Amino acid sequence: MAAVIDSLVLKAVSQKVHWTDRIGHAVLILIAAALLAFLAAPLAAILLQSVESKDGAFVGLDNFIAYVQTPTLKQSLWNSVWVSATVTLIAVPAAFVFAYALTRSCMPFKGLFRTITLTPLLAPSLLSAISFIYWFGNQGVLKDAMRAVGIASIYGAPGIIISEIFSVFPHALMILVTALSLADARLYEAADAMGTSATRKFFTITLPGAKYGLISAAMVTFTLVMTDFGIPKVIGGNFNVLATDIFKLVIGQQDFQKGAVVGFILLAPALLTFFVDRFVQRKQTSMLTARAVPYSPKKSRGYDIAMTAYCLLVVAWMFAVLGMAVFASFAKFWPYDLSLSTRHYVFGLLDGEVGTAFITSLKLASATAFFGTAIVFVGAYLIEKTRDLDWLRPIVQLLALLPMAVPGLVLGLGYIFFFNAPANPLNGLYQTLTLLVLCTIVHFYTTGHLTAVTALKALDSEFESVSASLKVPFFKTFWRVTLPICTPALIDIARYFFINAMTTISAVVFLYSPDTKVAAIAILNLDEAGEIGAAAAMAVLIAAVSTLATFLFLGLGWLVNRRTQAWRRPAAS
Amino acid sequence: MAVTTAPAVDSTLALELSGIHKHFDTFHALKNIELTVQRGEFVCFLGPSGCGKTTLLRIIAGLEVQSAGTIRQGGRDISRLPPADRDYGIVFQSYALFPNLRIFDNVAYGLVNRRATKGDIAKRVNELLKLVGLPDSGARFPGQLSGGQQQRIALARAIATSPSLLLLDEPLSALDALERVRLRHEIRSLQQRLGITTIMVTHDQEEALSMADRIVVMNHGVIEQVGSPLDIYREPASPFVVDFVGKANVLEGKVISQGHLQVGSVTFACAQCVDVGHTVRAYLRPEDIVARPIQDGDANVIDAKIDKIEFLGSYCLVRVSTDGLPTPLTVYLSLNFLAEQTLEQGSHLKLRILTERLRLFGA
Repeated sequence: MAAVIDSLVLKAVSQKVHWTDRIGHAVLILIAAALLAFLAAPLAAILLQSVESKDGAFVGLDNFIAYVQTPTLKQSLWNSVWVSATVTLIAVPAAFVFAYALTRSCMPFKGLFRTITLTPLLAPSLLSAISFIYWFGNQGVLKDAMRAVGIASIYGAPGIIISEIFSVFPHALMILVTALSLADARLYEAADAMGTSATRKFFTITLPGAKYGLISAAMVTFTLVMTDFGIPKVIGGNFNVLATDIFKLVIGQQDFQKGAVVGFILLAPALLTFFVDRFVQRKQTSMLTARAVPYSPKKSRGYDIAMTAYCLLVVAWMFAVLGMAVFASFAKFWPYDLSLSTRHYVFGLLDGEVGTAFITSLKLASATAFFGTAIVFVGAYLIEKTRDLDWLRPIVQLLALLPMAVPGLVLGLGYIFFFNAPANPLNGLYQTLTLLVLCTIVHFYTTGHLTAVTALKALDSEFESVSASLKVPFFKTFWRVTLPICTPALIDIARYFFINAMTTISAVVFLYSPDTKVAAIAILNLDEAGEIGAAAAMAVLIAAVSTLATFLFLGLGWLVNRRTQAWRRPAAS
Repeated sequence: MAVTTAPAVDSTLALELSGIHKHFDTFHALKNIELTVQRGEFVCFLGPSGCGKTTLLRIIAGLEVQSAGTIRQGGRDISRLPPADRDYGIVFQSYALFPNLRIFDNVAYGLVNRRATKGDIAKRVNELLKLVGLPDSGARFPGQLSGGQQQRIALARAIATSPSLLLLDEPLSALDALERVRLRHEIRSLQQRLGITTIMVTHDQEEALSMADRIVVMNHGVIEQVGSPLDIYREPASPFVVDFVGKANVLEGKVISQGHLQVGSVTFACAQCVDVGHTVRAYLRPEDIVARPIQDGDANVIDAKIDKIEFLGSYCLVRVSTDGLPTPLTVYLSLNFLAEQTLEQGSHLKLRILTERLRLFGA
């Protein structure tokens, strides 16, 4: 009580700001302004559109009411929900067993299995849809087998479900592997000492330990499926879901108001996932204390063989999907002439204008990787390591985490509403490559930000204090110390931006012009035009470029880190 | 730039703190701190964790901003200056060496900014490395040195630019016991040779007693006592200081008449016992209870029985009980004395209480 009164009576002392620190403040304000303009404002524009009539009058919830009264749209909502739920119910348990094999068995080739299951991340999600059309479509090789088990057509829910399982598998797997690696061996040793059965250990130790990982994986999977555009577009047929509706409403019917309403509905599960995930992460990290002993699995022949067999099955299935896409892209005239030819590649690249789209994609990916990494890292550094502007820091932090909760489609929609408005001074950016780059940076901001923050938190918090005492400006220490130490993280962030910019469809589908069409969109257009062979070829090409880029980034990392990380090696001289 | 031997402690003030307060939300971390530091003096901030000593150091460095109060360094008001505009070198518990820079570049870090030529910088760095006893370590990375060596480099880096004030934030806490004692001496002799005003934060009383010219004992955000190590130990100003610095026996008693203190059923002669009728707590260091010399007719001698002997090397910590005193006493007895007198658990002996050393506080 006395302390409170004292603090009211005493006049607060404020420190003068050194001129070098003002530079840091200016940059932080700039980043905050950019995040407001390219993230918060577009989202606010959706909110505004959803409560306005076509001529801009405030109508309250009328748009929402009109939406619920449209039976076809209500059908789409239901379709989206049950398809997403089904995929979640299949993909999460499947990924859990795989993750369990990777972390809790003595199965051979763990690294290889893990790498292979991550390959779906290298291609646009629609690659799997194209592949399944070749397997089960009208001219698919296994169409009759599919009919025999009672599925009439792959186009629609069955196609969407199986394609989504393929594309979300690595996302769910990564979360579950992390959750399952956090085991404390001492719990299992204690259980063994008490003679606990394997089943009981699984249900009383393993499952509760991975509980939060499972919740997180399920929510992420559900959201990814709910908001994916590419797969339902390619294999959905007449089966409408929210993600395709929103595109039809906004681009086809120019009904921005209903589009905004759908955008809101898509935002809901993503926001929920975001908050549940934040909560879960806090729980999970507190579970494992510093004294925990990492669990290392013991050999057990029968069990290890069973796990290996299961993983082989999953990997074989993935190869079947990837392999079919590759094979079909080289087949001369499916299904009549299966001799190898590069016809689809030539057609796709030249006639399908994917050639120029590819150049655009590479520009987009390079610019996103370069500028995205720079902005994300500088932003994270300024938040973590500099002083003052205490009111601004939490705002920037929130804006940096928000993109994880915003599906690409919703972000793209917000960009149309905000940047296409004639009154907006930034209107000139609309449909330019610059805006595509900015949109992609914002779309994938959070993962990069978290990587940067983790790397920065590992540094001694007194580096900046020491520099100030030596009268060395912070930017010099940033350049000489912070940046070189963090090069592994920087390269990770750049690679993440690059690959995602190559494969993304959802946000940019609203924003391209004929001059700024990217490869993933060109593939959609090829598919719409019935050129599925060329579409397959181009999807394979994107996957190949992404793979190549991954190797290039690994190589670059090796070269740079050899210089900057020399100090980590034990003494040589 | 050359390292010269220290001038004698000069009477001008290096640092004046007045009316320093610090609030963290509702927590009052520092309350009205008043302190002056002489030029060339080695001052230790000593106290338990959470007493505010590190906060005070960081306020002097400008790394935290005080809620109120002024700081003057060499007569100049630096209360509102950012760290970069103040004049000090700092060493942290974590060393905070730049791991990706070689030792040479770490030490040269603050010099490069000062338009010195490459040759001058190299000369200065080599001089500093020699000064801290690591002349050939320039080409190595911090991770290749031991903790103690890294802390020496951090010290060299902090004094490279010849600041007028050196701040040490628990510099020895992360080191093992032997290295800690060795570096204690090195830091002290280096400080004396350079004559640099130094403030060190520590929670280790032994460290403070052995290194400091003056100790500032802090508790709960206030200064309990400022004084020389001997003053702090011999003339503690409060029960907290007695408890925190060194060991003490506590005797609860009453001043029954001028010069007489009664504890339990024993009456001691004690010149400083003047407030007749008052109940007091008397603090007594273990070494102020002696077993020899004791002559017949000496005052304040008691009969004691050994309850427990804790072997600590050359001397032992002995717990004794007496018939008259309500609580057992702790005494230091040398190993040789115990052997000569064949004393062991259960033995009886006479002990004399040096009552002139009693510190009295109101109960």
